Amino acid sequence: MAKQPIITVNNLVKNYGDFNAVKDISFEVYEGEIFGLLGPNGAGKTTTLEIIETLRDKTSGTITVDGFDIEKDAASIKKRIGVQLQAAGYYPNLNLSELIELFSGLYGVNKTPMEMLEKVALTDKAKAKYKELSGGQKQRFSIATTLINDPRIIFLDEPTTGLDPQARRNLWDLIKEIRDSGTTVVITTHYMDEAEILCDRVAFVDGGRIIDIDTPDNFIDKLVATGFERKKEVKLANLEDVFINLTGKEWREG
Amino acid sequence: MNKPYSNFNATLAIAKASFRSILRSPSAVIFTLLFPLIFILVFGFIGGGGITVDLGVAKGSDVNNPIYKALQGSGVIHLVTNETAEQMNKDLAKGHLDAILNITKNATSWPVYAPLQGKPQSPPFTVNVQYTSASQEKGKILNSLVSGILFKMNAAMAKNAPPALAELKETTVTVRAYKTIDFILPGQLGFSLLSTGVFGTAFVFLSLRQTLVIKRFFATPVKRYSIVVGEALARITFALIGAAFILLIGRFAFGFTLIHGFVTFINMLILSFIGVVVFMGFGFTVSGIAKNESTVPPIANLVTLPQFLLSGTFFSITVFPTWLQPICKVLPLTFLNDAMRQVAFEGANLWDVSHQLFYLLLWGIGIYAVAVKAFKWE
Repeated sequence: MAKQPIITVNNLVKNYGDFNAVKDISFEVYEGEIFGLLGPNGAGKTTTLEIIETLRDKTSGTITVDGFDIEKDAASIKKRIGVQLQAAGYYPNLNLSELIELFSGLYGVNKTPMEMLEKVALTDKAKAKYKELSGGQKQRFSIATTLINDPRIIFLDEPTTGLDPQARRNLWDLIKEIRDSGTTVVITTHYMDEAEILCDRVAFVDGGRIIDIDTPDNFIDKLVATGFERKKEVKLANLEDVFINLTGKEWREG
Repeated sequence: MNKPYSNFNATLAIAKASFRSILRSPSAVIFTLLFPLIFILVFGFIGGGGITVDLGVAKGSDVNNPIYKALQGSGVIHLVTNETAEQMNKDLAKGHLDAILNITKNATSWPVYAPLQGKPQSPPFTVNVQYTSASQEKGKILNSLVSGILFKMNAAMAKNAPPALAELKETTVTVRAYKTIDFILPGQLGFSLLSTGVFGTAFVFLSLRQTLVIKRFFATPVKRYSIVVGEALARITFALIGAAFILLIGRFAFGFTLIHGFVTFINMLILSFIGVVVFMGFGFTVSGIAKNESTVPPIANLVTLPQFLLSGTFFSITVFPTWLQPICKVLPLTFLNDAMRQVAFEGANLWDVSHQLFYLLLWGIGIYAVAVKAFKWE
């Protein structure tokens, strides 16, 4: 696969008054990959994402998204990306169909609510309100709204936080499908098992800096090469495998 | 993907979504329609179209005389006959009764024989009226009513004799009846527009900001002004539908006067439009000042409640003490209520109320200048 950068971030700095949230970050996201930004809370992941999403002003640095400069062409970028915000709500009192209709209007595209809901298996919830959905359904609906404008890139900020193992796996499958259909995915998460399974490449962010970027495999191999060993003997399964095995793989709506 | 992006369509999409949301929001429907209608209903019924004087009839009062009959038939007097003297005195002291009437028949009654000229006579009836300082206004009304009745009857009795000093000839000019509803409805309509404009706008922008709905909108190509215009369109449409509804119910259920019919109706809607646009400015400002949902009601009430009470919504501002009246007169709702009453009842056109509209416009410019500073996007 030819590695063509679709997002290029150079020397990005963001200060909130005296607080330096992002300190000189540079990285590239390649077209067609799932790129993970990993790090503890307050590391600067969300700030970095929101600057790339054109939702927040940067202090300095340059960013190019799909060939457009974030400073000069924010409007073109907005048309090419899909954004899922952490903990965002939706317009009150509207059902899912009506929300999709609203977003179609906002993006200026003609999408029927059903074709969008079908992509995330929520057609049976077309008449339900967003707040009536389960955690997993909410996240899938959020993802549906990011896909309305057939974006080149989608940004998912902690999409699996608070979900049960079934809903989480279900969402991984959905995100992989989106990647396989040619959309680049940028995701943040606290879960390393998730990043290991889902992400083609990950960047570790801490204290507003990127510590390292590589594929999950390479990271693990590098660590093992230093002589690192898990304290506990590695078994062929973990507790989550047990959970899934005992409670079944099919995804619960509850 | 390649067709040009239309801010107009995006604005309409927001307006449609917002309008749907408003229709499903209980508070919007209650404030805009239900409250004003309840007030109209209550005042429409208790008003009944005029003043009544509660007049106690003392036990033992003669009731078979033309004076009593005339009072009964006046339409203004509500006669209270079933109370004891003690009760009546108490009620009189409290102002529950406006006066007590006692008509006594004098010993020399002459309706059978005409009185002989020159012979000293006492009149056949004596009318005693006991007023109360608790109800002076109505006392005066009763006084002039009773005097009028006595004057006419005395004159009729002495019709063969020339008047002692002068003859009174009265004529009444027939005018349109100014009913309670003609006063109450414009006030309630103004109140409805004020609540929709202030509360509705303040709540919706605060909640859209807090739930990051606006932030999510910003991640789409939509322009900021589209969000504001779309929301405003929805709210104005809703307010005008509410206004039309209130006007029509007032017209057909309570006989509200729309003097030139449809033209007046349209003029009233134009005034409603101007009103709600100005009031939304307060809403935008409140949404910017309020830190969270629980601080919206106190701040919004600070804007609406004084106007609700002081702008001639329920009663004319002339009842307020003179030091308060200048304040009453400059409130935006006062200008709107004034303009509406003139248009609906007096048949003024919009140009005739340009004075009121000018001051509303000044308020509009002022409050939007503040709103632009106070408004927060996130």
